[in-house]
Amino acid sequence: MVSLTLNAVSAAYGGRQVLSGVTTPTLPGGQLVALLGPNGAGKSTLFRRIFGLLRGGGEVRVEGATVPRPLAYMPQDNGARPVMTVYESILLARMQGRGLRVTSKDHVEVERILDLLNIRALRGRHVGDLSGGQRQMVGAAQALVQNPEILLMDEPTSALDLSRQIDLLALLHRLTREQGLLIVVAMHDLGHALRFADAVMVIGDGSLVACGATGDVVTTDLLREVFDVAARIEPCSMGSPQLIVDGRANCLRANCQQIRRSA
Amino acid sequence: MTDAVGAGEGRGFYSALVLRRQLILMGLALALALSVCTDLALGPASYNLGQVIEGLLWPGQVEDQVRVILWEIRMPVALMAVVVGASLSIAGVQMQTILNNPLASPFTLGISAGAGFGAALALAFGVALVPFAVDYIIPVNAFVMAMLTSLAIYGLSLRQGVSSETIVLLGIALVFIFNALMSLIQFFASQQAVAAVVFWTMGSLTKATWPKLWIALAVLAAAAPLLARRGWQLTAMRLGDAKAESMGVRPRRLRLEVLVIVSLLAAISVSFVGTIGFIGLVGPHIARMLLGEDQRFLLPGAALSGALILSAGSILSKIIIPGTIIPIGIVTSLVGIPFFLYLILNRRVATW
Repeated sequence: MVSLTLNAVSAAYGGRQVLSGVTTPTLPGGQLVALLGPNGAGKSTLFRRIFGLLRGGGEVRVEGATVPRPLAYMPQDNGARPVMTVYESILLARMQGRGLRVTSKDHVEVERILDLLNIRALRGRHVGDLSGGQRQMVGAAQALVQNPEILLMDEPTSALDLSRQIDLLALLHRLTREQGLLIVVAMHDLGHALRFADAVMVIGDGSLVACGATGDVVTTDLLREVFDVAARIEPCSMGSPQLIVDGRANCLRANCQQIRRSA
Repeated sequence: MTDAVGAGEGRGFYSALVLRRQLILMGLALALALSVCTDLALGPASYNLGQVIEGLLWPGQVEDQVRVILWEIRMPVALMAVVVGASLSIAGVQMQTILNNPLASPFTLGISAGAGFGAALALAFGVALVPFAVDYIIPVNAFVMAMLTSLAIYGLSLRQGVSSETIVLLGIALVFIFNALMSLIQFFASQQAVAAVVFWTMGSLTKATWPKLWIALAVLAAAAPLLARRGWQLTAMRLGDAKAESMGVRPRRLRLEVLVIVSLLAAISVSFVGTIGFIGLVGPHIARMLLGEDQRFLLPGAALSGALILSAGSILSKIIIPGTIIPIGIVTSLVGIPFFLYLILNRRVATW
């Protein structure tokens, strides 16, 4: 089974260190990992570094992959408005690195992904005419159609309505179980992380604050130190842990050191 | 338009899309063939299409005079219109694609203006930028300056933190610099030389010869497959750099590679026929409106539409005032731009 390990991974933009010393235990396939952290903490940078778009120190180790290109990356939407139907834009993602001839197998794959994400109805629409949420679903399709074993998704649910957020995360969770994928999802909704993620990675100020099983990492202390919120995690009447936010903690995330030491 | 096919199978929907595009390409090719034949028929000695086709297919059976006029005099001009129109349009479509900017074209990036400056140096003062090519001093000068302009843009785009918008701005700055230098040359040059410079900048196909045509055709034939090979990558560039990167494209490397290829195409074209600014901007937009972003159709579509516009322009330049050939640059702009405005103001789908 595929696995991903980060060893002292760092990255710099124009001389400025934006990511330093990110070391994780081996993250095996078959789980959904939530990447958490405040705005500007370095989540997207970490994805770009793992995917190979940024150079830097340290080592990104992918083991046990059975395909030549095991990684896929879904970046945040950039608002481009190409004259292209949804179907073509997904086919385009699959055809990269292949010949100019589209085979029937390519069509089978595109149709499978359209059905998987339940966006078959969008296939004839122009990408530029879609809503933000629809574009996000197309972005997820473009990543999934590459048949990755490790999938990095940068805030794939940020523009989705609540039911589609749940649909997408549940689908991703199912894919980790059924196909042994390792899916890392950057997200801001800690409630979703508690509910769907097997493990979480927390980034603050360009370094890893914590990495481990969701229940162990997402704690009241972490929420106060990293996200500057006063919150509780308590079981609801159904018994599952829920996040209750009381307000700002106003400690201006002075340091994450304490948590980093204890993690 | 797209809603009507939304009910079918995904694959069926896609085949319909592909079929439509193939038909559009065939229509463009047919229109181009007709246009070239008409272009060949027109001139001081006027022929009908039947005579032209007979002269083309069975040159041995027609009179010597007809054969010489068709093959030696009109054919290089008519085919030069096709090759240059296709080259400029391909250059324009790829500049727009890699810079993700609807304004990019050989003209707006300063390549045409650079070529004009090089030609003016030769016309006004007999300055040869490459000393040995005496017979070809004007096109060689134009070519050297066009390539230097491209190199300047290429060099700038290598620098860190330079966005595609910056490159387009630099191109427009270069246009102004070269225009000022052209004015300076015209200020100091003799009246006769000024007239020659002005005529050159209007663009003209009448200087076309078979050797020039072969050179332009060879560059086009070399460039097109190199660009076609990058088809999927170039199509992905229109989704934005970040998305293209996530699909495995390396935007910086691709941008440089393509910029070199299309600079060569544009430089060869303008150095032989002068400044025809309009084709490299409009050919691509028409092709994109008709065919979409998929480079497998957009690339040949841009080549055909550019060739068709210039070929049709060549016809118009002969028939507007009988007996006078109006410079092609003027005709394509005056007739083509209203048509272009009509297209962009009446389109149903936003293309940028």
